[in-house]
Amino acid sequence: MIANLDMVVLQQIWWIICSVVGALFLFLTFVQGGQTLLWQVAKGEIERSLVINSLGRKWELTFTTLVLFGGALFAAFPKFYATSFGGAYWVWMLILFSFIIQAVSYEYRTKPANLLGEKVYELFLFINGSVGILLIGVAVGTFFTGSNFTLNSMNQVTWTNSLRGVEGAFSFFNLSLGIFLVLNARVLGSMYLVNNIDFTETPDLEVRLRKACLANFLYSLPFLLYVLVALLVIDGYGFDENGVVSMVSFKYLGNLLAMPAVLGMLLVGIILVVMGVLRTSLASGTNGIWFGGLGTVLVGLAIFFTAGFNNTAFYPSKVDLQSSLSIYNASSSHYTLTVMTYVAFLIPFVLGYVTYAWRQMDSRKIDMKDLADDKAY
Amino acid sequence: MSEIDLATVNWARAQFILTAMYHWIFVPLTLGLSFLCAFFESMYVRTGNEDWKRITKFWMTLFGINFAIGVATGIILEFQFGTNWSNYSWMVGDIFGAPLAIEGLLAFFLEATFFAVMFFGWDRTSKGFHLFATWMVAIGSNLSALWILVANGWMQYPLGMVFNPESARFEMQNFGEVLFAPIAIAKFTHTTSSSFVVGSLFVITISSYYLLRGRHVDMAKKSIIVASVFGLLASLFTAFTGDESAFNNGRFQPMKLAAYEGLFDGAKGAEIVALGVLNSGKRLGDGQEPFAFEVSIPHGLSVLAKREWNAFVPGIKDLVYGNEAEGIMPVAEKMKKGKAAIADLAAIQEAGKAGDEQAKAAALKRFRENQDYLGFGYLDTPEEVVPPVATTYYSFHGMVFLGSFFILLLMLYLYFSYKETLEDKTWLLVLGFFSFFMALTASELGWVVAEVGRQPWAIQDLMPVKVATTNIAAGHVKATFFMFFVLFAVLLLAEIKIMLRQIKIGPEGV
Repeated sequence: MIANLDMVVLQQIWWIICSVVGALFLFLTFVQGGQTLLWQVAKGEIERSLVINSLGRKWELTFTTLVLFGGALFAAFPKFYATSFGGAYWVWMLILFSFIIQAVSYEYRTKPANLLGEKVYELFLFINGSVGILLIGVAVGTFFTGSNFTLNSMNQVTWTNSLRGVEGAFSFFNLSLGIFLVLNARVLGSMYLVNNIDFTETPDLEVRLRKACLANFLYSLPFLLYVLVALLVIDGYGFDENGVVSMVSFKYLGNLLAMPAVLGMLLVGIILVVMGVLRTSLASGTNGIWFGGLGTVLVGLAIFFTAGFNNTAFYPSKVDLQSSLSIYNASSSHYTLTVMTYVAFLIPFVLGYVTYAWRQMDSRKIDMKDLADDKAY
Repeated sequence: MSEIDLATVNWARAQFILTAMYHWIFVPLTLGLSFLCAFFESMYVRTGNEDWKRITKFWMTLFGINFAIGVATGIILEFQFGTNWSNYSWMVGDIFGAPLAIEGLLAFFLEATFFAVMFFGWDRTSKGFHLFATWMVAIGSNLSALWILVANGWMQYPLGMVFNPESARFEMQNFGEVLFAPIAIAKFTHTTSSSFVVGSLFVITISSYYLLRGRHVDMAKKSIIVASVFGLLASLFTAFTGDESAFNNGRFQPMKLAAYEGLFDGAKGAEIVALGVLNSGKRLGDGQEPFAFEVSIPHGLSVLAKREWNAFVPGIKDLVYGNEAEGIMPVAEKMKKGKAAIADLAAIQEAGKAGDEQAKAAALKRFRENQDYLGFGYLDTPEEVVPPVATTYYSFHGMVFLGSFFILLLMLYLYFSYKETLEDKTWLLVLGFFSFFMALTASELGWVVAEVGRQPWAIQDLMPVKVATTNIAAGHVKATFFMFFVLFAVLLLAEIKIMLRQIKIGPEGV
């Protein structure tokens, strides 16, 4: 059945799958957002423990989603994997580093004899939530602003900037996207914590979280607006029916207009995030995270679809336009995409048990009793 | 092909050795201890005895400390293929990416989801669902081993693909062949069963410590019984799958076999060296004896590698310089064919650019004749195909010696446990105390055999390591090497300190 699909259809299916995983990751960065809020909203040992234990039940999901995002891109678009990871070396290495230090911090933070002390592990979590997410935003930003590489006839990458990817952070667009993602993660983090913690004995924590939600949303607005406006007016990397890449004015505006569904996702996504913020900060609702989360997923999808569909090079090269990668020249073979599509039928099953376990675990909110448990972080 | 910078190759190699071996400190323990936790908890659920619950929770605490650092070091390995080995990632990504993605989807999510239930769900979920979660963590961890070992097995014996000269990469043709390759199955079973031994000996080491100190005696004895049954079964199975792996090497990687057996000159009815010291002055083709001292079993190697009493087992010399009688082509000739394949590859692309379909078809036809030797075209000398013999040889023999020792040790533990005199056998408990460190050593040595023994190939016969790297100045890779090195040293120290403190606190504290 799948084997009879056109190559083009398979490539588009896989761009959608990778986009879904990437967008889910952006939602799950509420963990990273919570990590950067820790020192600001949680006063005293108990409040900090509540926040850490609440996030600590979810951090692995975020981490695993990131790993799957990498794995899916490797399997479906190996030329992107080889070009970007090998080329923009330092960006990915620094992102990697920020996740390595995260992975040990929950488990080790309050264990006796942990060598570095509680504060250092909390600092690790802060670095992961700030630098890590910022750089991911910078990397995604280069989908629109382009990078400095050429590919030879063997498809081997030569990076022409000695900063190996870090130069991407000097683009105001990329940087704004990165900062927006950091702040949005904080918005989501506060929504999640409001939803997940029982505040009976720590009412001040709840007040601070609800305040932080609104404040971070307001801080994020100028960056979001800049990214959106820039996206609508900049020239983009399009290709014609022969695959020849050229600069197209108002390319991404054109993409949104050509794909009204994507435009709809972007607008509905933003509205949902705003609703989540309002429910969390101005009302006393606890379900803002579901609005904010779904909204973030929709905005994420809109970003990835705008970058990759409608004859757009999703990983463009500034220095050699014809080296730019599109979902059509960077993908795996028809056979591999077919096999992987069969595997992808298991995604709903995975989502199903993740949701089931999540509901089981969250049926009762995190409270003081959980902190007394011997396995508490 | 762009210029090869050997400094980059070597730093990338060093980084891979560092990260892989460091990651492997934690992985076998995760694979083995996860099942042991599931066994302990099953005992609790069946008997309702709170002692078993305490035992489960104690080992789970140690499991969690180890698991966290295993996750942290694992992510580096996946992304390192892209960062340090981007030529490799492009050339084989069409095949190699799939198992990695499947590993993420089917294994990591099981682990990540149920890990949270296993640790924090004691009071939040039913007894049955909690036990289910613990089993899922064990199965998920071992499933992830399956997929990564399928990927590794493919590098050792590539099949199920064809080279596409236009895109300059290998493309998958048969996923079943990749997944069910004999080498992948043997690798998976050998790696997981030996990791079960490592996990069991971890439990033995700590329990023996408690018995020697006269602390937590009941819990230690209970733990030892479960661990030694599991460990013994696993170690016997490890020996069996190890034999299968050697047989696979005989068929698919004869050079690796010759290196770890120290076999320079091939022979019919070849003997196997059970115990021996290599002659360090020995060079290929110099006529010197390969061993300074040896104890051999006649026909042993022919039986091991070929399962035939008198079969010919090729030595390093035969494999490098050829052996006409046995139908082995000299490497020099393979290099000629490989260089022709590379030249035709360029010709195909040239003709394609010029739009000369006829020339392209002719070049393609020539390329197909020589494509199996592609990797040899990148070699400078025939002797380059010989892996470091001493490292491979001693690692292999050390691994086999330790593996055999564990079988004996676990039998003794089981016997004296049954006799209820284990506590008095101080000598055995002391030996048992050191067994985990020996097991970890054996496990790492196994990877040294597997990976050093297949040098110079990233993909056997098709791609040498030196053409697999990213086009990047060595300084960058060197810098990240040291960053990892320092970070690892700090995290390892933290892990050990935390672990020791928890062991000192013991099961009463959990």
